[in-house]
Amino acid sequence: MSPGEDLWTERDTNPDAIEDALRELLHERHAENETLAPARVLNLIVVVDRDWKGEVSNRLQRVGRYHASRTVLCAVEEGRTTLDARVVMAYDEPGDGGIGLIREQVEIDIGPEHLSRLQTIVDPVLARELPTMVWSPHGHDEAVDALAELTDVVLLDSDEQPSAVEAFERARHISRSAYVVDLAWLRTTPWRERLAASFDPPYRRAALAEIATVAVRHRANAAASALLLVGWLSSRLGWQVTALGNNDDDGLDGEADADGRDVALKIEPVSQEVPGLAGVTIASGEGFSLSLDRGPGGLHAHVHRPDGSESEWRVLGASRGEAGILGEGVRQALLRDPTYAPALQAARGFCAVVLKERR
Amino acid sequence: MATAQAVAPETNPLVPGLERMPVHPTAMTIFGATGDLAHRKLLPALYNLAHEGTLPERFELIGVARSEYSDEAFRDEARSSIERFSRTKPDPDVLDGLISSIRYIPGSFDDAQVYEKLEQVLSEMREEAGQPLNRVFYLSTAPQFFPVIAQALGDAGLAKFEEAQTRIVIEKPFGSDLDSARKLNTTVLEVFDESQVYRIDHYLGKETVQNLLAFRFANALFEPVWNRNYIDYVQITAAEDIGIEGRAGYYEHAGALRDLVQNHMLQLLALLTIEPPASFEANRLRNEKVKLLEAILPPKVRDVRSMAVRAQYEQGVVGGNQAAPYREEEGVDPHSRTETYAALRLEISNWRWAGVPFYLRTGKRLAQKLTEIVVTLKPVPHLAFQSQGSVGVLPNQVTLMVQPDEGVSVSLGAKIPGPQLRIRPVNMEFHYGTSFMSQSPEAYERLILDAMRGDATLFTRNDEIEALWGIIDPILTAWHRDTRSPIRLYPAGSQGPAAANSLLRPGHAWRRL
Repeated sequence: MSPGEDLWTERDTNPDAIEDALRELLHERHAENETLAPARVLNLIVVVDRDWKGEVSNRLQRVGRYHASRTVLCAVEEGRTTLDARVVMAYDEPGDGGIGLIREQVEIDIGPEHLSRLQTIVDPVLARELPTMVWSPHGHDEAVDALAELTDVVLLDSDEQPSAVEAFERARHISRSAYVVDLAWLRTTPWRERLAASFDPPYRRAALAEIATVAVRHRANAAASALLLVGWLSSRLGWQVTALGNNDDDGLDGEADADGRDVALKIEPVSQEVPGLAGVTIASGEGFSLSLDRGPGGLHAHVHRPDGSESEWRVLGASRGEAGILGEGVRQALLRDPTYAPALQAARGFCAVVLKERR
Repeated sequence: MATAQAVAPETNPLVPGLERMPVHPTAMTIFGATGDLAHRKLLPALYNLAHEGTLPERFELIGVARSEYSDEAFRDEARSSIERFSRTKPDPDVLDGLISSIRYIPGSFDDAQVYEKLEQVLSEMREEAGQPLNRVFYLSTAPQFFPVIAQALGDAGLAKFEEAQTRIVIEKPFGSDLDSARKLNTTVLEVFDESQVYRIDHYLGKETVQNLLAFRFANALFEPVWNRNYIDYVQITAAEDIGIEGRAGYYEHAGALRDLVQNHMLQLLALLTIEPPASFEANRLRNEKVKLLEAILPPKVRDVRSMAVRAQYEQGVVGGNQAAPYREEEGVDPHSRTETYAALRLEISNWRWAGVPFYLRTGKRLAQKLTEIVVTLKPVPHLAFQSQGSVGVLPNQVTLMVQPDEGVSVSLGAKIPGPQLRIRPVNMEFHYGTSFMSQSPEAYERLILDAMRGDATLFTRNDEIEALWGIIDPILTAWHRDTRSPIRLYPAGSQGPAAANSLLRPGHAWRRL
């Protein structure tokens, strides 16, 4: 398949002109080659600082096949009062008798004053009848709120917020009006899958009821991911959550109540280049412990059994990288994970002291 | 230590919400590990599962074949196959991790020592893992070795394992006719329980085939008309523009009927016509398929001539290039009577489908590569537009496109713009590619994972395989007995033999390829 691209640009434009351009480009392309069809999966609205527009655009390019059908990239520029727009219609020429997909990207340069009424600018340029996801990686909460009526899903990254507490509050606020896809939560997916698998065989499953300690290791700025992982365990295993306290290692310590039994919890920041979690150790009071730690080609697993025997091995899996995480975030717009909200609630419970102090 | 009430021992509370279901620690043994299927499909599929982190946390692989390889030599072969055929670019660390522990056992499949060695290696792996490993034996050999290996596994005590599950995956073809399929079932089921047996047909692992179920049972729109009252006839086509691509050894024995009709096309027919199962649990779905297949009454041998047509391609032009006749393909008997084209008319004897003809056709070296199901509805009872010259009104057709583009197309009558009420058919098309972001996983990846997880939904059960052969067997018998009448020929690159039209009822027509 050979790629192609149609382009339209206009300075000091308006939403109607952008919408006309989209329709016109689509008609022209289809008239020239009727084996090309527009992808119709998802609208993605991205609100970014103008200076970071290129970087975010590159990140979106790298998500590969999880690219949204129509992306509307709103770049906020200090002092701007008018709209400049650029429409790119990219397509692959079909090969072997198939069809080729057209993907549309609309870039609109806006000013800060446009943020509170962004819905009036964006609404006309969305593809109709498709779910719409909003991603605002540089804050601009005002824009997210303004777009609420158009929004089905909000993509956010709790690890990117100044603190886990603020991140969880923001996620809870947004989840009242839209479905939340949290990249911090998606960074825990392989860990959740592996923990679920590790405790799935009948000879291991009983150990879930005997967990005495959980320690999660994370890169310094990924405390939200770590708390969400522990929140997930707590919500799935029915533990009563109590607030964690700060420890001397810049981490968090505390306990959960597993039906009258204490489960010691520890969240530890460690030095790690890649974002997200570094490792997790789950131990029972009976002498069983399982550790999973990030390593080349997968997770390094270490198990210690009550009889004193130990095993180490590698659980295979390639890292998805941040592009993979973002792509997964876009894909998740079409799915619903019923376990995030309870995990978020538990994670907020772990931060309860801080939240109370703030109030 | 107290046990938390929230944790029920019989269920895993960590699983809900996860897309990937847990797979228990497994040791997989591939018999025929040096063969083409293993190198092109199985090893790359296993690598891709490893790459995506979906293999079990403990996964061990053993290759068994006749070639005299060392562990190291086989690992090198496996590595180069994965590097060549994997759909994702291999990550060196993941590839090393997968390859480094592979064991290889050389020997003949009927040699008891091979199985002693296998037992020893499996025990070592279990010891090293410090936990029980499920055992999956994957038979990727020539079909004549299937009963040999199953029997030998039983003799060696490898068919059951007290600590964990043992499963056997058997590649197609499962038998070459009804009798051989029954014999193979008998041999396998003397050693293994049916619940341990996974008869694989990779076609069932394709997303398109599973989408058939979603199309039928997730949409209220079609179900009310999905019966004899509204459907006039159904056509299933699996056309290829290529020839036998150097597979004369297999194809000369198999022919088009065994190659595609007995398995893929009848599976498509079954999924298109089964009653809605209460759930998609393996046996409920398979019960419905067996019920449907048993409702297709096999023809009597003497009636085959009126419901089946076979033919063979002769010289022709495909895609602008001259194509040689089948009998001149390398390895093909110059007097071969093997059919490269088969067309059938089948009927389903039940309340839903009685009287509706199902036309199936498949062939090599046809005009184009195309797999589709076309459901033609009956015409409207009264055509009010006739007096105004609406010659273009045609019955509605629902087309389920499988290849090259997966999708659904519905033909509708629409008014031609203008002062008069003239009608012509238009298509309302839906392409999966425009509406989903995900790439379909390779069928083998899905099926290998299902077998390791013990989900038999997409595998063929013993009674199902016998029902499939039961439909085809009389046709094979009739064609086998008929050694005198000349085999029909069709030009390579054509629509197939004109004789296929003789199967059609009045008013019906084959869709142009």
